[in-house]
Amino acid sequence: MTRTAPSSTTDLPPLTAPRGTPMDRVTRHPLFVVSSALIGLVVMFTIVNGWTFLSTPNIRNMALAGSIMLILAVGVTYVIITAGFDLSVGSVLVFSGVVSMIVMRGLGGEGWGTALVGLLVAVVCGCVLGYVNGFLVAYADLNPIIVTLGMFGAALGLAQVATGGQDLSGIPTVMAQFGLGRLVEVPWVVIIAAAVAVVAGVALHYTAFGRHTFAIGSNKEAAVRAGIPVRRHLASIYAISGLLAGLAGWLSLSVYGTTNIAGHSLDALNAATAAILGGASLFGGVGTIAGTVIGNAIPIVLANGLVIAGLQSFWQQVVTGVVLVVALYLDRLRRLRSSRRSGKNSAA
Amino acid sequence: MSATQAAETALSTRGVRVSYGHVQALRGVDFDCRPGEVTALIGDNGAGKSTLVKVLSGALAPDAGEVFVAGRPFHATAPTDAQAAGIETVWQDLALAPDLGPVENMFLGREVRRRGVLGALGFLDNKAMAAVALDEFAQLGVRVDARRGSVSEMSGGQRQGVAVARAVSWARNVVILDEPTAALGVVQTKGVLDMVRRVADRGLAVVLITHNMSDVLSVSDRIEVLRLGERVASYARADASLETLVAAMTGGTATPATTPDRNEGAE
Repeated sequence: MTRTAPSSTTDLPPLTAPRGTPMDRVTRHPLFVVSSALIGLVVMFTIVNGWTFLSTPNIRNMALAGSIMLILAVGVTYVIITAGFDLSVGSVLVFSGVVSMIVMRGLGGEGWGTALVGLLVAVVCGCVLGYVNGFLVAYADLNPIIVTLGMFGAALGLAQVATGGQDLSGIPTVMAQFGLGRLVEVPWVVIIAAAVAVVAGVALHYTAFGRHTFAIGSNKEAAVRAGIPVRRHLASIYAISGLLAGLAGWLSLSVYGTTNIAGHSLDALNAATAAILGGASLFGGVGTIAGTVIGNAIPIVLANGLVIAGLQSFWQQVVTGVVLVVALYLDRLRRLRSSRRSGKNSAA
Repeated sequence: MSATQAAETALSTRGVRVSYGHVQALRGVDFDCRPGEVTALIGDNGAGKSTLVKVLSGALAPDAGEVFVAGRPFHATAPTDAQAAGIETVWQDLALAPDLGPVENMFLGREVRRRGVLGALGFLDNKAMAAVALDEFAQLGVRVDARRGSVSEMSGGQRQGVAVARAVSWARNVVILDEPTAALGVVQTKGVLDMVRRVADRGLAVVLITHNMSDVLSVSDRIEVLRLGERVASYARADASLETLVAAMTGGTATPATTPDRNEGAE
């Protein structure tokens, strides 16, 4: 943490005031507000609902409900860090799931062979649609919101054309078993989502790929001049977001057994909410996967806790909206404070 | 022709012409800078400074004429070609990523990776990068807390310091500084000029583009004056004065009443 500086710099006056007590360090941490909100919700629901809320089955339910959304949110976090946006992930999920389902039903069979072909098809579908988004954003210089809004409509429409608007079901038996299966007490889907988050987090914060992602979102022109292949990188970020949506589509099939075409129209907004609650900036250059994990948990905990408390689950959307705006406001206050601090330093 | 003259220079141009439509921005410019020297490039607005900087830094290919790096012809086709030739440019807008820290900015696009398998996977060696950056900051007198905070939290002088340190640490031949003091206060300006001097003392050629005559007279070894797309004068520091420079820039005789050291941020 506080390594001593080389002797050549020690004679220079410190530029920043000592950062204060450990408590200050905690309260100034970028994830402090959102973590506190999550802990507060958990404590509140435990008080209101009793230990049912913290029971193993209930925690498992919440984790399962959050897992597929988390995979989408991880991809969207990458996109938001590049100062982009991806409205299309829900539709890409549906489209990938539909194509995967059609291929698996065509193949027939109840074994892993069919299921894995379905997985490959879903991931490739998602990746291709994501790359189309990325190509249009990076090489045609189109606005990401408009491009992915177009993809949102087009992918959903294609899924409906392919199915005649009727949901398809009939996944291989092993896939359904996998969707309901657990390792010890933890559902496989949760394990996969956790693995995706860990890999994405490590790649984002410890590799050149992640560093370039931040650089592009922070100052695209600077990244270009630094010789970073900005267009290729941007296109690949959208492709990754699409790929993850494809993976989520296959997992969704394995858990629910059906394509659920009409059920994902708000997915992209929920994923973006998770990323923004977690501290990702729509201006780009800022965001963490850990933040997105916490941000993703908040609406899930809310929905679950409210239902157990006997309220209509629709309240979840109201509360999530309020929490989002409050979190943004608190974040703004925090940033204002820190920029005032640094303002003082630079004047000194 | 001038090949022998070009050979002793770090970066030079001969007869460089650039036109934007009907506008001739550069009409056959000869320019030279030498290792270990600060060469100031001055001129009024519209003299062609910005265009020449783009040519020197490889961002713009001239319509005619030649660019030489250490005496050898240089043809840039990509922004990284100049980097490969040992030329680094500090642009007026600095081109830093404000959300990243000073060390991260210093190694932007040229990150040091770990050894072995992790490095092949793209894992970064942040310790190694921080060590190099801290050393460079210390040598150049850049006062930044290199391990914490993003560039967006720094003062203008510190940002300039980071940008210059980045250019210096990668340049093998030439560092080009485009209006490095335009947005700075008095103390910070002095800090940057001291840094410019130290860079030249390392044996690099420094090209300093500025509007500020007092900067020019305090730090440069040679002064090249552009007017209307041509080099109209070239002085050794000892031969130049405010009056001669202003006269050369404006093409008239200097009137002491004019104040030439305007400090305009943008052109």
